[in-house]
Amino acid sequence: MGTNWTIDGVRVALAAKKISARELAADFYKRIESRNPELNAYLTLSPERARRQTDKIDGLVAQGKPLPPLAGVPVAIKDVISTRGIKTTCGSKILENYVPPYDATAVERLEAAGAVILGKTNCDEFAMGSSNENSAYGPVKNPLAPDRVPGGSSGGSAAVVAAGLAVASLGTDTGGSIRQPGSFCGVPAMMGSYGRVSRCGLIAFASSLDRIGPFATNVKDVAAILQVIAGRDPLDSTSTTAPVPDYGVELEKRVKGLRLGIPKEYFGEGMDAGVRKKIETGIGLFKKLGCQLVDIRMPHTDYAIASYYVIATAEASSNLARYDGVRYGLRVDDDSLLAMYRKTRGAGFGAEVKRRIVLGTYVLSAGYYDAYYLKGQKVRSLIAQDFRDAFTKVDAILTPTSPVPPFKLGERTADPLQMYLADIYTVTGSLAGVPGISVPCGKIDGKLPVGLQIFGAPFGEARVLQLAHAFEQAGGAAV
Amino acid sequence: MKISREEVLRVAELAYLDLSEAELEMYRAQIDEILEYIGKLNELDTANVEPMAQVLSDDQTADATLREDLIVPCAVAEDVLKHAPDAEPPYFRVPKVIER
Repeated sequence: MGTNWTIDGVRVALAAKKISARELAADFYKRIESRNPELNAYLTLSPERARRQTDKIDGLVAQGKPLPPLAGVPVAIKDVISTRGIKTTCGSKILENYVPPYDATAVERLEAAGAVILGKTNCDEFAMGSSNENSAYGPVKNPLAPDRVPGGSSGGSAAVVAAGLAVASLGTDTGGSIRQPGSFCGVPAMMGSYGRVSRCGLIAFASSLDRIGPFATNVKDVAAILQVIAGRDPLDSTSTTAPVPDYGVELEKRVKGLRLGIPKEYFGEGMDAGVRKKIETGIGLFKKLGCQLVDIRMPHTDYAIASYYVIATAEASSNLARYDGVRYGLRVDDDSLLAMYRKTRGAGFGAEVKRRIVLGTYVLSAGYYDAYYLKGQKVRSLIAQDFRDAFTKVDAILTPTSPVPPFKLGERTADPLQMYLADIYTVTGSLAGVPGISVPCGKIDGKLPVGLQIFGAPFGEARVLQLAHAFEQAGGAAV
Repeated sequence: MKISREEVLRVAELAYLDLSEAELEMYRAQIDEILEYIGKLNELDTANVEPMAQVLSDDQTADATLREDLIVPCAVAEDVLKHAPDAEPPYFRVPKVIER
């Protein structure tokens, strides 16, 4: 059998008994065995759990019963998302041996829909990073360019899909951590609106920003995964009751006549010339599809990184207080409780996580709260207002996903601020809570992938998917 | 200079985070540069702007997300304690907190 599986392809092959779910999973494990030592994209494999699920699916096939939407589809889960009985490290030494006692809702829903969980993917420690180089378990290599980073923080989830080591995967996005690695690895990758997918079981980094979302080899599959994981969950009070439309139907609607905003602020200095060329060609393709391009202004864009790094680090410093060596994870012993806390956290967290805890604690501390945290939250309101204003004029917004193509391993690790600035086009949508997708938009010199980002209005996932699908069908990946 | 060595020490103390001498100086310099950058927020007049307290205020969600306060079974204690660094079921064990 070939290696270019899609969700539909798997279901058709299973129903026609061309392959069993067990054989398909075994096939994937074989490929993982040969490629993962080089890529370092999977941290943990879960063959036993996969076997239980494939037995179930093969049983349905044998009995001629209807197959669920993701029947037998091999998927991978980012290692910040809880999986019952499967080690979940968050890319951190502090959780090196942590085995969650429950599944994240998104994982539970994927499995209930028939998906087969192959294993857990590498990521920046606690999802803090833009290159996957902050993992305590070593960096992931970009399967399209092995001397380059896969992006981050969901680098492993992007790489396994790009390398054909999973049909789809789940990542998480706080400031760009799904969309940017999707862009760097040349696969579509989506973040739904804040509240669209339950965060229950997602190990928290910044709770007002964290979102779970899919990677797949094509937009239709991204939609199929989102369909399954979206929707209200009583275990996450921020998950929305807004109905989940049938994305598969919405996807096929014509995009002719839609108004697409091009915000001037996303095309300023700092953008790589090769990226600019691809994005401009990509935008031209939407014009050919009959969309109307509208120049818009989003005047607070330039303040997004500053606002984001105040809010995200503040929330992180609070969320990561739970790693105290008492209930789970690493403990470094000491006779005094407080010294035990300090030593455990000092030894268990990596450099970027410590940096963000210090910064986040500082911006929340007495005397600085108003100047930094409150100011950051006010500017966040202004950025959200930019989006609300834009969506009174346009149906969606087009931007580059990243100002630069995948950079070389080690190239940016010395300067944290420069690394933060790589998120300049993605953090805005994170702060505003709107949905966004990165969809492949050609490769520079036929080698380095570029991603086009499409933002939609709150809960406008269907519109985002529809545009991304139309773009893909029109040859967007090869512009 | 936005942040001093003493302030980094104080913050690390608040966060119960042991930092080595080398880390202390590195973080001071890096966080100083980041705070310098964050200072650009002050270019914006936000006197009449409310801080964003909720991400998407979805009116239909507001009431729907309130649930009844019911006790439901949650028998995970054994599982949870199994993975604790130092447990004596049904307790977590920690170094002595109260000095006699």
